[in-house]
Amino acid sequence: MGKNRLNFGGTKLDRSKPVNFTFDGKTYSGFAGDTLASALLANGVVLMGRSFKYHRPRGCLTAGSEEPNAIVEMRSGPRREPNTRATVAELYDGLDAQSQNRWPSLAVDLQSVNQLLSPWLTAGFYYKTFMWPAKFWEPVYEKFIRRSAGLGHAAVEADPDTYEHAHAHCDVLVVGAGPAGLSAALAAAATGARVLIVEEQAHVGGDLSSTLDQIDGKPADQWAAEAWVKLKALDNVTTMTRTTVFGYYDGNVLAALERVNDHLAEPPNGQPRQRMWNIRAKEVALTCGSHERALTFDNNDRPGVMLAGAVREFVEGYGAAPGKRVVIVTNNDEAYRTAMVLKEAGVEVPLIADARTTPNAAAEAARAAGIPVEMGVLPKKAVGRLQVKAIELQRVDGAFHKKVECDCVAMSSGYSPDVHLVSQTGVAPIWREDILGFVPDTPKRQERSAGAGKGIFDLAGCLHDGHMAGIDAARNAGFEPAKSLKASRADPTSAVPPLAIWRCPGQGKAFVDFQNDVTARDIHLAAQEGYVSVEHAKRYTTLGMATDQGKTSNVTGIGLLATARGEPISDVGTTRFRPPYSPVAIGAFAGHERGREFQPVRQTAMHSCGEKLGAVFVEAGLWLRPQYYPKPGEGVMEAIYRESKQVRETAGICDVSTLGKIEIFGPDSGEFLNRLYINGWKMLAPGKARYGLMLREDGYVFDDGTTSRLDDDHYFMTTTTANAARVLAHMEHAAQVLWPELDVHFCSATEQWCGVAVAGPNARKVLADAFDEALDISDEALPFMGVRTFSWCGTTARIFRISFSGELAFEVNVPWSFGEAMWNAIWEAGQKHGLIAYGTEALSVLRIEKGHVAGNELDGRTTAADMGLGRMMSTKKPFIGQVMAGREGMIAEDRATLVGLKITESEGRLRGGAHLVVDKDDASAETSLGWVTSVCDSPAVGCWIGLAYLQGGLSQHEGKTLYAVNPIYDEAPAVEVCSAHFFDPEGERLNG
Amino acid sequence: MHRIDCPWCGIRDEAEFQYQGDATKVRPAPDASQDAFFDYVYKRDNPKGWHTEWWHHVGGCRQWVKVVRNTLTHEIHATGAPAEKLSLPRKKKRGSK
Amino acid sequence: MWRDPEPKPQYDVIIIGGGGHGLATAYYLAKEHGITNVAVIEKGWIGGGNVGRNTTIVRSNYMFPANTHFYEKSMKLWEGLEQDFNFNAMVSQRGVINLFHSDPQRDAFARRGNAMRLAGVDAEFLTPEQLKEMVPILDFENARFPIQGGLLQRRGGTVRHDAVAWGYARGADSRGVDILQNCEVKDIVVEGGAAVAVETSRGTIRGKKIAMAVAGHTSQVAKMAGIELPIESHVLQAFVSEGIKPLLDTVVTFGAGHFYISQSDKGGLVFGGDLDGYNSYAQRGNLPMMEHVMAGGMAIMPAIGRVRLLRHWGGVMDMSFDGSPFICKTGIDCLYLNGGWCYGGFKATPASGWCFAHTIAKDAPHKLNEAFTIERFRQGRMIDEKGVGPSPWIQ
Repeated sequence: MGKNRLNFGGTKLDRSKPVNFTFDGKTYSGFAGDTLASALLANGVVLMGRSFKYHRPRGCLTAGSEEPNAIVEMRSGPRREPNTRATVAELYDGLDAQSQNRWPSLAVDLQSVNQLLSPWLTAGFYYKTFMWPAKFWEPVYEKFIRRSAGLGHAAVEADPDTYEHAHAHCDVLVVGAGPAGLSAALAAAATGARVLIVEEQAHVGGDLSSTLDQIDGKPADQWAAEAWVKLKALDNVTTMTRTTVFGYYDGNVLAALERVNDHLAEPPNGQPRQRMWNIRAKEVALTCGSHERALTFDNNDRPGVMLAGAVREFVEGYGAAPGKRVVIVTNNDEAYRTAMVLKEAGVEVPLIADARTTPNAAAEAARAAGIPVEMGVLPKKAVGRLQVKAIELQRVDGAFHKKVECDCVAMSSGYSPDVHLVSQTGVAPIWREDILGFVPDTPKRQERSAGAGKGIFDLAGCLHDGHMAGIDAARNAGFEPAKSLKASRADPTSAVPPLAIWRCPGQGKAFVDFQNDVTARDIHLAAQEGYVSVEHAKRYTTLGMATDQGKTSNVTGIGLLATARGEPISDVGTTRFRPPYSPVAIGAFAGHERGREFQPVRQTAMHSCGEKLGAVFVEAGLWLRPQYYPKPGEGVMEAIYRESKQVRETAGICDVSTLGKIEIFGPDSGEFLNRLYINGWKMLAPGKARYGLMLREDGYVFDDGTTSRLDDDHYFMTTTTANAARVLAHMEHAAQVLWPELDVHFCSATEQWCGVAVAGPNARKVLADAFDEALDISDEALPFMGVRTFSWCGTTARIFRISFSGELAFEVNVPWSFGEAMWNAIWEAGQKHGLIAYGTEALSVLRIEKGHVAGNELDGRTTAADMGLGRMMSTKKPFIGQVMAGREGMIAEDRATLVGLKITESEGRLRGGAHLVVDKDDASAETSLGWVTSVCDSPAVGCWIGLAYLQGGLSQHEGKTLYAVNPIYDEAPAVEVCSAHFFDPEGERLNG
Repeated sequence: MHRIDCPWCGIRDEAEFQYQGDATKVRPAPDASQDAFFDYVYKRDNPKGWHTEWWHHVGGCRQWVKVVRNTLTHEIHATGAPAEKLSLPRKKKRGSK
Repeated sequence: MWRDPEPKPQYDVIIIGGGGHGLATAYYLAKEHGITNVAVIEKGWIGGGNVGRNTTIVRSNYMFPANTHFYEKSMKLWEGLEQDFNFNAMVSQRGVINLFHSDPQRDAFARRGNAMRLAGVDAEFLTPEQLKEMVPILDFENARFPIQGGLLQRRGGTVRHDAVAWGYARGADSRGVDILQNCEVKDIVVEGGAAVAVETSRGTIRGKKIAMAVAGHTSQVAKMAGIELPIESHVLQAFVSEGIKPLLDTVVTFGAGHFYISQSDKGGLVFGGDLDGYNSYAQRGNLPMMEHVMAGGMAIMPAIGRVRLLRHWGGVMDMSFDGSPFICKTGIDCLYLNGGWCYGGFKATPASGWCFAHTIAKDAPHKLNEAFTIERFRQGRMIDEKGVGPSPWIQ
C-alpha cells in the first residue's frame, strides 16, 4: 500500500483488489477503482507532467476530465495514446504510462530552460519573435518550433482496436448522474417516459462521493448508489456509465462516447475499445455540474497545489492523501468542505485562508472543528519546485502575512457552471456576478439545464432543480407526472457569496491556463497590445485552447481580461464553446469504416469468372473490374496489347455489368427521353437501340450511353459506370419536379441485370453456339443497333447488337444471378472460335482506336461539339441544357475539340495529361493548345496513339506535328494530329 | 443532424438524403431566353434564414422532398411533395420553454 | 496593434468586411496605390470570419491558367509576407501532396501538374516509394483505394491564420487606414447608378468607392445593392486534434476519401473534408460529415485512430457556381465585388487583396483577375476546376 493511502474514504475503491502499474518505468501498486492519478498520489508521487511551453513540473490540478496538467502517454506500440488524463485513466493491472514533454526525465527536464527565455515567450511570442535575422525563419526557427510541437507521441502503426457506432432513441436524455441528474432521471422515469441517463465516470453521484452531507436521511453516496440501482431496474430507463456526451448537434441529436474497454489493458476478443452513440432525444436535461477554478497566484502551478474539490475527491473517493499537511486557500464556502473531509481523514490542516472578510457559517464550523481560519488572507506565492513546500500568504492589501509549511495547497476560486453543451446549441452564456459564473440563457432547443450547471450549488437546491427539470422534460415529451411525485431532500444550507479575485497580487508567474502556460501577465499583455476582444485574446494567448479546452481557466481568463479593460465581465462576454466536450479518439468517429472497409467493394456476378482466369482487378468507383488477364510471364503492357489485338482477330468477352441500367416504362417514355437527350427518340422503333448524349442544365455534357426500345412503352437505358447514380437522380428530378404531367416511371436495374460484351469477327459464331436454338442472331434477325429478348435457361435474356470496339459485337444481359452461368456458357462455346477474355484496358484501347469518348473525355467541362457530336443536338425539339449550351463561350471558335494523336517517334510513349504545344521550347500556360485525355499503344495503328482536346481542332491542325509536353515526366514526344477515328473509319467491321 | 420529415417515409436522418438546392427556382419554358435560363441555373437568393429547398430521399423512397429550413438555425419548419406550396413561418419558432 | 477610431463622415474607399481579404485590400491600397483614406468596416471583430476558421493551407496547384497565375501570385506574396509585415505569420513551405489512386486520377493530376509547370509553378510526381519516405504513416498495404502516387507542390504549405489578419490589420492601420470594428453595414446607398455610401450601426459613412469583401455573406451584402449572384453559402467543417509530437511533415490530400490533413506548429493535426452539403450560415457542422471525414483519415492513416479530436467548427463558404472567385466590378458604378471563394479563400488572401486593390484603384481589373467576373456565367466562360457544374453543394 502506498505511503499516502488512507484508511479513510475510498468509496470508489475495491480494496480487496490490489493492482500493479508502472509510471516512467517504476512499478507501483494501487487498487481497482483507482485512477492513475489517485494511485500515484497514494504512492506519494505528485510530479506527473511537464507544461507545454516552459516545461514546468506539474502535478494534477483536478480529479476529473478537466485536468490540464497530469497528462501522460498510456500503453505502448500501436496502442500508444498520447495526452491521456491521469485523472480519468482507470487503473488496470499492468497499466504502463509514461510522462510526456520532458527530456531526459520528468524530474530533470533540460527544456525547462525555456523558462529562462520566458521574457520572450510571452503571449503571441510566435508572432513577434523568430523574425530576425530574416533568413533564419525557415531553416532554423521554424524547425525549432515544429520540433517543440505537441506533448505526447502518437502511435505510428495502425490502431489495432475497433470502434463501434450505435444509435439510441429516448424521450428524455439526462446528461450527468450527479445529484441533479439522478433526481431528474428519477422524476422523468416516474412519468413513464423512456429515459436515458448518461454518466461520464465509472461511478455515479458526482460530487456526492466526496461529501459528508445526507440525502433523505442517508449518506449522500449511499443515496446515489440506491438511486442508480432503482433506475437500472426500471424497464423504461437505460443507464450508461463511462460515457461522455460530447456534442449537441442539430435535430436534438447528441453524440456520446462510451469507453467500453479503456479500463482494461486490451479489449476482450471481439469487443470494441469504444462505442460512439448517436442519441436522438425528444427532450434533454443537462445536469452537467460545474468546474472549480484555480486561484491565480505566483507559482500556483507547483505540484501539490490543487483544486480544493479535487483534494476532497482524492481523499473521500479514493482514500488517497494528496499531502500530509494541507493549507486551504479560498474565496468561497465550498473549500471548507475539503477542510472538514481532511480533518475527518486525519490529515493535518494548518490553516484555511479565506480571502473574504465577511463572517460566515462555514468558517465558524471549521473553527469549531479545530481548524484555524484566517479571513482576509490570500495566497501570495507557492514555494518549492518539484513539490510545494510552503505557501506564502498576504493580506488583501498585498502586505506579506506569513509563510506556512505544507506539502499540498487546496485552492478554490469558485465554481463555473458547465455550460459547454448548451453553448454548442447557440445559447449564449450570461454572467451572474452573484455566483461569479456564466449560466445558460433561454434554451433554443428541446433542453433545460439544472443544478450546478445553471448555478445552483447547494445540494438541496440541486435535488429540487433536477427533479423539476426531469418533470419538465417528460412533460414536453408528452408524459404527465403523478401529483404525488416528490423530490429527494437534503438540508438547506446558506452560502456566503464568493469574492471575485482574478489575480492575487504578485510579480511572478501566476498561471491561468496551465497546460498552455498562459499566465495572468500574458492576458494583461494581450489586452495592452490591443487584443481586447475576448476571441482575439484567446487566439493570441492560446487561452483555453489546450486539451482541457479551458474548463478550469476560461472564466478566470475572462475575469483578467475584464480587469485589464476596466469593464465588467458581462461586457467582455465569453468565447464560444466548440464540440467535443472532451477530446474524442479519431478512430471512434470513423467506426468500422477504415482501411479496406472505408467503403464497400462492389463485385459483379461474374467476379469469380475473372478470378479463375487470373484477372488483375482495378477499382472503378466502388466496383472491382477485371483490368487485364495476364498469361504466365506476361507483363501488363504485353497482356493489354495481346488482348486488344486478339479481339480484332477472333473474339473477346468482357464483363460490362457495371454500366448503369435504368428500366423506363409508360406511354410518355419516348417524350421523356426526347427531353433528356440531345438527339431525337420519337422515331426509334421497338427492337432498336440508339446512342444518346445528355447534357446538364448548364449545357455541358453530362453522360452518354445506349438506350433501347424494348416495347412500345418500355425502354432500357444504360449510363456510364461513374454516373449511374447521378443520372437516375437527374431523371427523378425531371419526372417528379419538372414534368410531373408525363406518364413515365423508371427504376435502377444496375444490380438486376449483368452483362457481357462479346466482340470480334467471331462474335456471332460464339454466341450462336453458346445460346444454340434459343436465339437467331443472324444479321437479318438482329441487325446493327437491333435488340431482342430471348429465353435462356428458363429466364429472360436481352441481346443488343451494339459495339464500343468497332467490331461485330453484341452485349448480352441476363438477370444478375445468371451471370456466372452465362459467362461460362459463352466461354465454353467460344473456345473453338478463339475467344479470349479482355479487361478494361483492352476495352479502352479498342474504343480509343475508334475515337469513342469515355470518362477521360467527359470531364464535366466539354460540350457536345467539343466531342465532335455537335450535329447530334436536335434543333427540332427542346432538351435539357439546350439553351445554356448556346452561350457564346460554349460555342466559341477557340474551344478545344476532340482530335486523334499519333506519336511520330519510334522511341517513347504518350501519356494522359500532357499538354500540346507547337514549339516544345516555347511551352507555357499561354502556348498550351490543349491536353491529352486517353492514350494507348495501339495494335491496330501500330504505334502509341491518343485522344486529345485541341484548340482549333482537326480543321486547323490535321496532319501537323505538335509536341505532347509533359514536364512532370520530363518528356515531350512529337505527335501528328489526325482524326480520332484511327481505325476502320467507315465502320465496315461492324458487320463482321 | 437534420431530421427531415419525408412526406412518404416519416422522420429520417439527413444522411439518407441528397441535398439539391433552391426549390423556389422554376424552370423556364423551353423556348425562353438565355437570360431566363441564366436566372434559373445560376442566380440564387441564398437567404440567411428560411429557405425552401430540395432534399432528395435517395436512401429511402427516392422522392424529391420540398423542405422549408432555416439556414441559420437549421430548424425545419415544413416538408412537402414537389407540387405543394409551403409557406414560410411568420415568426421564428422556438423550442420548448 | 491597431487603433479603434471613430468613423469619419467620408472615405475615399470603404471596404466592407474586416476579414483577411478586406484587410489585405486595405493594406495594398495604401502600400501599392497610396490610397490611405480608407475604412475597413467589420460587424464583429477583425479576423472573426473564415480567415480564422480554415485549415491554414496555402498552395497554387490549380489547373486553369486563370487560377494558376492568380494563386501563384498569392504564393509569391506569401513568400515575402513576413518581411513585408515584420510580423511572423509562420509561413511554412512544407509541401502539399495530392494522392492519386487510379490511372484516370493520375492523368488528371498529370494534366494539372503540367499546367502548373507550364505556368512556372513547381510541381512534381511522387512514386509510392517517395511517398513512403515523406509520409511514413500512410497505409500502403491495407488502403481501400491503393495509393499509386502523389502530386507534390513543395512550395505549398501552411501559414498561421490569425497572424495573417493581424499582420494586414497592423500594416494597414499604421498607414492610416481606419479599422472600424463592431460596425455593421445595414445598407448600401446607390444614387444615380453609383454606390455612394453605407448605412451602418455607427451611422452613415460616405465613400467615393465601396468594396465588398465579405465571403460567406456576399449574397447578403450584395443584395443591399440589388445584386443577385451565382453564390450559395455552405458550411465547411474543420477539425483539430490534441497536440502531439511531430508525426506528419507535409500537407496530404486524399481526394478519393475527401480528406486533407497537416500538423500545426503546436502539434495538432488539422484536417477537413467535404462541405456538409446544404445551404447554411451556421458556423457549425453536423455528425454525418464528421464521421465521414474521420473515416477518410482512418482509411489512409490508421495510426491516428487513438489521437483525439480536440475541437471542430464550421466556416461559412461562399460557394460560387463554378468553384472560382469574383474580383470584379459589379455593374453599379463605384461598387466592387470580392467573393465566391469556395475553398480557396485563405490561400488567396494576399493576391486577392493585391488584385482587388488594383481593381478599385484603377477602376479596372488587373490581368491576374480579369477572368474572375460575374459575367463569365452569362457568357459561358466558367472556370470549373472540378467539372461538376452548377451544384455548389457537391463542389
